[in-house]
Amino acid sequence: MSAILTSETKKVLIKPLINENPITLQVLGICSALAVTSQMSTSLIMAIALTSVTACSSASISLIRNHIPSSIRIIVQMTIIASLVIVVDQILKAVAYDISKQLSVFVGLIITNCIVMGRAEAYAMKNPPLESFMDGIGNGLGYSLILVIVAFFRELFGSGKLLGIEIFELTKDGGWYDPNGLMLLPPSAFFIIGMIIWVFRQVKPEQREHVEFEIMPIAHGEGGHH
Amino acid sequence: MEAYISLFVKAVFIENLALSFFLGMCTFLAVSKKISTAMGLGVAVMVVQTITVPANNIIYHSLLKEDALSWLGITGVDLSFLSLLSCIGMIAALVQILEMILDKFFPALYNALGVFLPLITVNCAILGGSLFMIERDYSLGESVTYGIGSGFGWALAITVMAGVREKLKYSDIPGGLQGLGITFLTAGLMSLGFMAFSGIQL
Repeated sequence: MSAILTSETKKVLIKPLINENPITLQVLGICSALAVTSQMSTSLIMAIALTSVTACSSASISLIRNHIPSSIRIIVQMTIIASLVIVVDQILKAVAYDISKQLSVFVGLIITNCIVMGRAEAYAMKNPPLESFMDGIGNGLGYSLILVIVAFFRELFGSGKLLGIEIFELTKDGGWYDPNGLMLLPPSAFFIIGMIIWVFRQVKPEQREHVEFEIMPIAHGEGGHH
Repeated sequence: MEAYISLFVKAVFIENLALSFFLGMCTFLAVSKKISTAMGLGVAVMVVQTITVPANNIIYHSLLKEDALSWLGITGVDLSFLSLLSCIGMIAALVQILEMILDKFFPALYNALGVFLPLITVNCAILGGSLFMIERDYSLGESVTYGIGSGFGWALAITVMAGVREKLKYSDIPGGLQGLGITFLTAGLMSLGFMAFSGIQL
């Protein structure tokens, strides 16, 4: 194992988790991040599916990177990614049919998930297969981290459960927790991701964005136009 | 006719691709800083969506669906697992053809949309529209309506978003929320607004 985890591979594996998180910093792959997060189980499956697709596609694109003419590279990458997604889709239908029904079109949408395409284009086209594989896993895990955090809040407060196991006893069953219906609806996902980004950037000020218009501070004792 | 109008309204407001299915979010957030560019992208998405959804519908119903090949005398073949690959291939090819046609015959429009056209291939709203069409088993007429409606809904959402963001840049926003954070919160509020349509029955 130590032979595989050299300093370079370790770096590409760890970096995308917090410091270069694909969702909060690079704004990639948000499309599906929001739609599947009303339950922990669906988002875990989605996270595993995306991580494996990203890792395998990065590795295979990196393997043939010296043979792809650059004018048709997008279509070649697309075909590789689409074939891998078909495999994942078929496996899900075979082993976890209920969850694949709940995920509906979002498994197919991994094809257009910008993380997969973005890593293929930005990393796998320039680096050897092993590092690309690790980079894919790292970015997949960074995505999974956000997905699981969002799903945790949405399922816990929206239906009082985690992974289907009751945590808060609901009022309708004689308990004390009145579920917050908003958490199960689409807007809550936007709010939670917004908050996560706020927390990340409060802790790491270097991730903040450049302010376009600085607000002028009002000098005390002057400008008394009331 | 009524069914088509109802489907159109549903696709634009109630099941807005951007705000209730979060499709095309990456471009939605990245290209919504100015109203004019947002509108350009919106129109491009609408045009591509209007063409690709019916085109994919024809391919799916005449080639891929179970027993769809019976007009060739082949029965018992189910190629529907290939729909992902055929949809994305269709979209990529159509965008390429559209780009060439616009370049040749409508240079003004091509210059206005030029940058956005290649972006559309990887826009999840386009692929999502086609996949929803397959999942819900729309007929050809319904798929035309759905294509126009969902494209229009996406264009509407990104234009409104750009309008809000143009005003927002003068606001005093906490450092950590600056940029992406506040955009997410705004999108959340907009999505809440669009949910007000969800009770409409036509």
